[in-house]
Amino acid sequence: MNENIWILMSADAIAIATTLILAALGALFTERSGVLNLGIEGILLTSAISSFLAADASGSVWLGLIVGSLIGALLASIHAVLSVVFRANQIVAGLALVIFGTGLANFLGKPAEGKTVTTVINPLSFGPLSDIPVIGPIVFGQDIITYFAIAVAIVASRYLFSTRPGLELRATGDDPATVDAQGLSVARIRIRYTMIGGALVGLGGSWLMLAQSAGWHQAATTNGLGWIALALVVFAGWRPMRIIFGAVLFGFTLQLPFTLQAEQITFIPSAFLEMLPYLATLIALIALSRPGNRNLLGAPRALGTPFVRDER
Amino acid sequence: MSNTSHEVAQGPHHTSGAASTALSAHSIDKKFPGVLANDSVDFDVRAGEVHTLLGENGAGKSTLAAVLCGLYQPDAGYLMRNGKRINLSSPRAGLQHGIAMVHQHFRLVERFTVSENVILGSRDLPFKLNRREINEKVAAVAESYGLPIDPDATVGDLSVGQRQRVEIVKALYQGAEILLLDEPTAVLVPSEVEKLFENVHAMTAAGKSIVFISHKLGEVVEISDRVTVLRNGRVTGHVSGRGTTDTKELARLMVGRDIELNAQRATHATGHEVLQIRNLSLSIDDVAVLTEISFNVHAGEMVGIAGVAGNGQRELADTIAGLISPTSGSVSISGAMTTDCGPIQAREVGLAYVPEDRLGMGLVPSMSILDNLLLTRDRQIVVDRVSVRPEAARLIEQFEIKANGPDHLARKLSGGNAQKVLLARELSGGRSATKLLVVCSPTRGLDVGAIETVRRLINDARSAGQAILLISEDLDEVLSLSDRVLVLYRGAVVHETSGETAQLSQVGAAMAGLS
Repeated sequence: MNENIWILMSADAIAIATTLILAALGALFTERSGVLNLGIEGILLTSAISSFLAADASGSVWLGLIVGSLIGALLASIHAVLSVVFRANQIVAGLALVIFGTGLANFLGKPAEGKTVTTVINPLSFGPLSDIPVIGPIVFGQDIITYFAIAVAIVASRYLFSTRPGLELRATGDDPATVDAQGLSVARIRIRYTMIGGALVGLGGSWLMLAQSAGWHQAATTNGLGWIALALVVFAGWRPMRIIFGAVLFGFTLQLPFTLQAEQITFIPSAFLEMLPYLATLIALIALSRPGNRNLLGAPRALGTPFVRDER
Repeated sequence: MSNTSHEVAQGPHHTSGAASTALSAHSIDKKFPGVLANDSVDFDVRAGEVHTLLGENGAGKSTLAAVLCGLYQPDAGYLMRNGKRINLSSPRAGLQHGIAMVHQHFRLVERFTVSENVILGSRDLPFKLNRREINEKVAAVAESYGLPIDPDATVGDLSVGQRQRVEIVKALYQGAEILLLDEPTAVLVPSEVEKLFENVHAMTAAGKSIVFISHKLGEVVEISDRVTVLRNGRVTGHVSGRGTTDTKELARLMVGRDIELNAQRATHATGHEVLQIRNLSLSIDDVAVLTEISFNVHAGEMVGIAGVAGNGQRELADTIAGLISPTSGSVSISGAMTTDCGPIQAREVGLAYVPEDRLGMGLVPSMSILDNLLLTRDRQIVVDRVSVRPEAARLIEQFEIKANGPDHLARKLSGGNAQKVLLARELSGGRSATKLLVVCSPTRGLDVGAIETVRRLINDARSAGQAILLISEDLDEVLSLSDRVLVLYRGAVVHETSGETAQLSQVGAAMAGLS
């Protein structure tokens, strides 16, 4: 057994977890306000290709990340307008966003087909710390966005549970009528956090493109990470800190097939292993969607329900 | 009614004669599609008094309260606060003028703690919350009005009475000087009502004004300094409160005619046995819910089932209706065995069922009155609305349902009108003529006018020769209407008496399991 391969795999698992953390945090902020945005996958793809084009044209990764995040917020604002202003069915609107985002990304990606990422995000250097065996490459071998994603999760946790706007956000997802009776605007809060959530998802997509991929491969670029992120929010019980652990766990299952192949362990077909994260998603969602579990988990009560002030 | 009648209201009970008007509403009009909910209504409340808005459901009380607190904007008329004209564009604007509403359906986030709920929406909070400081402040506000409450308790774990206290503390915390209490006692048990009234007195003693909204005459007389009666959106009278008031007079002002609060038993001959229950037992998850119940109900007879909630009443009704299969024993309706046959079979032989949960089990809230009526009619592939429409219109008239017509949505009906629609559907017969009517808590949560109508309709059905099984937790209702009374305790019939000779004390003791 080659230890290096396993260390590399751990480092990669944490790396792939970055996109999951950012996308899941984006979904979490959105859902905490009571809006269900199933369009995460579409946003990931569109922001990935946008960041590629922006970085390619300008030669700056940072500009790429910014453009990707803005595109994410923009796409989320479509969902926000549809579901908050027009009170559309959020599941339908979200699925429409997936289809729209995928189509748009493939269209925008035409000129990028076959091109490779020339401007990449490099891992940070921690000097001697990075040379510590095992821990070095795993903990200190990541790039700034990975550390940023973990920081966002920590800040999000504090924000949700011990600040005034966090209190108002949680109340909006649980009981919008109460928030409305206090004279706060439910619509404004929901649109705001849906867009903030979209920006986080967009950052995740951009980072995936610029730090992880060699080039644009249409839908294979994200490969269903958006759906896994949505399951991760449920898995984490709508709590930011748990998303970090869940994301790393999913990161491992995503990396496992490659590692086992490299180790030439072939008694399990690799196709089966590649299916595992999606199977895990399915099982997590089924197990956690039993009505009794929803409340235990802390699902926002008004999730997916448009708010209408009851006039007689 | 004009300002002159306000003078009458200053009864001798008013110790602080110099108290100034804290809030007043002048010629308020508020229209909703198809209804004029408030029709040039005048109202005022002074500092340190309890002024009650009395009226039936749909009389416009809640609409007026919503205008007073800024939730609705009036179509005409204006508000004055301490003699100055104000314009409330939102509940927040109302709060800024010290006006807060305690809603009938609490506006509390169940998963939040008490203090989180209390501070939600306060604008003067810092970005970062200091929980200890907030808890202390919330507790201090609560204590000062004799409303002890644990700031760290989760609201979802609290009793209804405690939640109401949280709502009141929240209003006080936000600096409310005028509190609008919308039907505050509707959800409380008697001991909690007593506690609430103590709190109200503590608040008025501190100079707060209370606008008390209710349709219960007894408590209105007990708590109010003044009473304003509304009917059909108009003020029909101002009366002074506290004992000087005649409840009959208030009832007349409210309903617009003399009403008999206690319906009388009709005398009539009873016929053959319609419902026969033999040795009925039911266990759910190995827990005995009903044990060895046997009784009959005859045509033209009303049998009342009394008991404290949760002693098997709901299961008994559902078993008779065919919704639950009993563990042993039998149910037969009009001579046909319906045990284990399911609800359709029971309806085929003449069962009509008015369940306790009107808008859950009884009616489909999102459907119109017409479609709800169609639910129990003959089933055809294509729904035939055209031929049933005239009948729907006739039933709306016959059952005195206040609605815009057969297309009125069930969820937009008041409780009383929803109950009337349900009775109309059940009594007008579906697949076969109704022979047995099972009604559960038919008047729970209704106002006096609707209670009177609903009881009359049930009595009429009995006079028409139908067998009635009345299941109610309202003991007065059971005793005053039924020919025979059975008391259900822990799933068994523990007492049986004729309705005419029933002793309240005996029945009460049986309900408590003391016989």
